[in-house]
Amino acid sequence: MYQHMVRGLKCRLCGKRYPKEPLNFCTEDFGPLEVEYDYEAVAQSMSKDAIRNRPRTIWRYRELLPIDGEPTVGLHVGGTPLIRADRLARALGVSELYIKNDAVNHPTLSFKDRVVAVALSKAVEFGFETVGCASTGNLAGSVAANAAAAGLNAYVLIPDNLEQGKVLGASIYGAKVIAIKGNYDHVNRLCSQIAFRFGWGFVNVNLRPFYAEGSKSMGFEIAEDLGWRAPDHVVAPMAGGSLIGKLHKAFVEFAQLGLIDAPIRTRMFGAQATGCNPISNTVKLNANKVRPVRDPQTIAKSLAIGDPADGFFASKLIRETGGWSEDVDDDEIIDAMLLLGETEGIFTETAGGVTVAVARKLIEQGKIDRDGSTVLCITGNGLKTQEALIDKIAKPVVIPPDLAAFEALVEAAAPDLAAVAV
Amino acid sequence: MPVIRIPTPLRPHAGGLDSVETTGASVREVLDKLGEKFPEIRDRVLDGGELRRFVNIYVNNEDIRYLDDLDTPVADRDEVSIIPAVAGG
Repeated sequence: MYQHMVRGLKCRLCGKRYPKEPLNFCTEDFGPLEVEYDYEAVAQSMSKDAIRNRPRTIWRYRELLPIDGEPTVGLHVGGTPLIRADRLARALGVSELYIKNDAVNHPTLSFKDRVVAVALSKAVEFGFETVGCASTGNLAGSVAANAAAAGLNAYVLIPDNLEQGKVLGASIYGAKVIAIKGNYDHVNRLCSQIAFRFGWGFVNVNLRPFYAEGSKSMGFEIAEDLGWRAPDHVVAPMAGGSLIGKLHKAFVEFAQLGLIDAPIRTRMFGAQATGCNPISNTVKLNANKVRPVRDPQTIAKSLAIGDPADGFFASKLIRETGGWSEDVDDDEIIDAMLLLGETEGIFTETAGGVTVAVARKLIEQGKIDRDGSTVLCITGNGLKTQEALIDKIAKPVVIPPDLAAFEALVEAAAPDLAAVAV
Repeated sequence: MPVIRIPTPLRPHAGGLDSVETTGASVREVLDKLGEKFPEIRDRVLDGGELRRFVNIYVNNEDIRYLDDLDTPVADRDEVSIIPAVAGG
């Protein structure tokens, strides 16, 4: 019933059209393929009322997600909270701040569940029985979990230096987890060769045009939850550089359908770690080519992609929207993780620390207006990257099970509280 | 002789082959030689003598951008892989 909404695929460089098929690049010029929709058909069935009457998952925006039939994988993905973050706003010195909290996405606690739900639903439509991915960690867990629930075989390939929580969080679902000696770019290159050789559905290789569209759901939710409007600023983490583009595309599509005001004036800000900053570097140097980082070194391992596939388009978008990009070091990342935890009660992974720390930097630089509305995209959960913090936070105080010992503790820590005890 | 690995979706332009033996002492020379046999492949990889934006070339396991780009030397029995860049993330 939704079959006619997706026309096919189209090269972002030369415009050559392709049918709906598992192919990520144009065979004329290697340009990225993107899903092409029939927006007139979409407009006929997508309205605010229609959306409001659907469950709060990514599939409430299903006309703009590129599957033909009913979704079969990831039926409960999305619908994560958009939180008005006043305490963090005060700490950063801005007036209107929101956290889009994908650290609590279902089922694997990262925004990757969005893209995987779409990619694997499409994989089932294509008839793939084996799926896979190249991952810095979060995607591995999401592909493994969603493939298990869908009864698909999964091969997930990761660099051999990932956090234990990420490895465990993929292995638990029975997927074949393969650690490659090297960094993410080595893993990715190998997956590019594997996907076509074995005829498998690799979510971020041959299924990538469909997969990437799943990220738009994060933007749709932000716009709807802001009361059908786009924010003035969005700060998003950048690894491969796809998410930031899809967030913006989501706002543009909503505007095109008349669901929010046009034109979109949202300024897009990209966040990277200093130890792996190919995109922020491109923006800051106003370069036309993205220079890859050969040996990424950062605690934000989920963002450690030295050769980002969408780096060119991400840096172009950032410039065109009047945004900017910054990068932050490991200490700034950890400080920001603690700040988010202590002000908003949200425990994000290192990538979320990058987003918050870069937002802080951009606000201090005056790049983000203190009076505008700003959404920070928190894409992953802190329980998966505990190694980064374990030595940086206070250990629990140990006392005997004894009232006097506790009183002494409070007396030492907070004498005014101890004084009012009765 | 160096061997060039062809990405699966481009094999129709290389007579269906997944790898092609060729000659040449640098990546550029190897690609030019390949182009004599299969001009359609060369034109897809190179644009005006430069590597297109969304294709990467590896000599054995190293990206030529970390070596000497198209001037990277290629030795006998080296493997030169043409890999689409729009993957991952």
